[in-house]
Amino acid sequence: MADMTNKDANPVAHDDHESVYDGLLVNDAHWAFGTDFEDPLAGVDTTIPEGMDAHDLATYCLMLGDDALVLSQRLSEWCSRAPDLEDDIALSNIALDLLGQARLLLARAAAADPSVVPVLPEGSPVPPEDALAYFRGDQEFRNVRLVEVPNGDFAETIARVLVFSTYRLALFERLAGHADAVLAAVAAKGVKELTYHRDYAGRWFLTLAQGTEESRRRLEHGLGRVWALKSELFEAHEVEPRVGIDPATLSAEVDVILEQVFAMSDVTRPDVLPMAGVRHRKGRDGLHTEALSKLLAELQVVARAHPMGQW
Amino acid sequence: MVSTVVNVLEKARSVAATVTDPELPMLTLADLGVLRDVVLDDGQLVVSITPTYSGCPAMATMRDDLVRVLGEAGLSATVRISLAPAWTTDWITDTGRAALAEHGISPPGPAPQGPVTLSLLPTRRSVTCPRCASADAALTSEFGSTACKAMYQCRSCLEPFDHVKEI
Repeated sequence: MADMTNKDANPVAHDDHESVYDGLLVNDAHWAFGTDFEDPLAGVDTTIPEGMDAHDLATYCLMLGDDALVLSQRLSEWCSRAPDLEDDIALSNIALDLLGQARLLLARAAAADPSVVPVLPEGSPVPPEDALAYFRGDQEFRNVRLVEVPNGDFAETIARVLVFSTYRLALFERLAGHADAVLAAVAAKGVKELTYHRDYAGRWFLTLAQGTEESRRRLEHGLGRVWALKSELFEAHEVEPRVGIDPATLSAEVDVILEQVFAMSDVTRPDVLPMAGVRHRKGRDGLHTEALSKLLAELQVVARAHPMGQW
Repeated sequence: MVSTVVNVLEKARSVAATVTDPELPMLTLADLGVLRDVVLDDGQLVVSITPTYSGCPAMATMRDDLVRVLGEAGLSATVRISLAPAWTTDWITDTGRAALAEHGISPPGPAPQGPVTLSLLPTRRSVTCPRCASADAALTSEFGSTACKAMYQCRSCLEPFDHVKEI
């Protein structure tokens, strides 16, 4: 049996001058990750505006946060697999922006109505926004189905980022004036980020449309698949007009932008039937495609295995 | 009493102003415009910082660095997040811009104002190569090593370099 007290079992571990890794073990303050948890809303006033229903506000923030979280996870799948290094980095950067928006929105949801946060074992150090991301089942996710379906090829990913960022930018421009100061601040910040995302997708859309016969074929095919999930973005869940923006009022504005891209690219608007829901229930109601369950399995497996884990 | 408060605040502000950014260490948080405020709230020293991007992974490090450096000066502080107004590259000071250029990073131009427009052509910026000062630089990608930077390459000396993008 090994003598666990024998320090000589690993001579490097207790010699200050032997291991190149020693420097990594001290002064953790220089590491952005692996330090103790920080409340993303530390010191932010999270009072609910007068007359606003706290549960509605929380539900709405979950919708917007889940859209960002799920698409962030999908875009991260491109990491190390994109056509070139620049796009690898670009898609990862877009994913990081969306993850940041998701974290703030889920934290806002938890602060508005703690009853939406899954209950974890007593003493669990998992912060509320992580509990929401890692410990809800698929039917508790409120994202639109557009963000959850598999990536497809690069052209389909570009088509999805174009449609999603155009919708979200239009929405966030309006939400920047929202009565809830936290939501308004997240939206105002998000507008700046989404502007870069939309330009990136729009430029690639044009490039692929004007590229080769094959790039154009793939783009049109990918756009058709994305288009089947576009109309859901503009169908209001009852909570949306009550506490946020009725997405139906964004539809025309989004179409104008998309038409500009299509006209420049000489691409015809797809003629595709929308993907049906089940008894009118869709993503915002917690009714998803099978793809979300698989995505969540990968996203959540480690956290669920260690509900008492400190990261 | 009043003078003590003023002294503590002055000291705290000057100490906080020396803390550098973890990703752009040639820049202080004050020069980056991330350090928004140092106040006394009910006798407690409170420092406010604003994230550069929603997903900025350096916020915890910035907080830790501020608390540590102020602590070394004998000041106990808490750090608050200030989400509004949103950070803009216009808040980077002239000193900060000079420090960026000196370290091979092209500083941002003025942030875009007014309505958001769709732009299908590469963003037009007047960018100067930080190595040879040539104005002939080509955009490689709008997304770079950190969320706040784009990648360029100088056409004269071929140096690849980062540009802090306007936001």
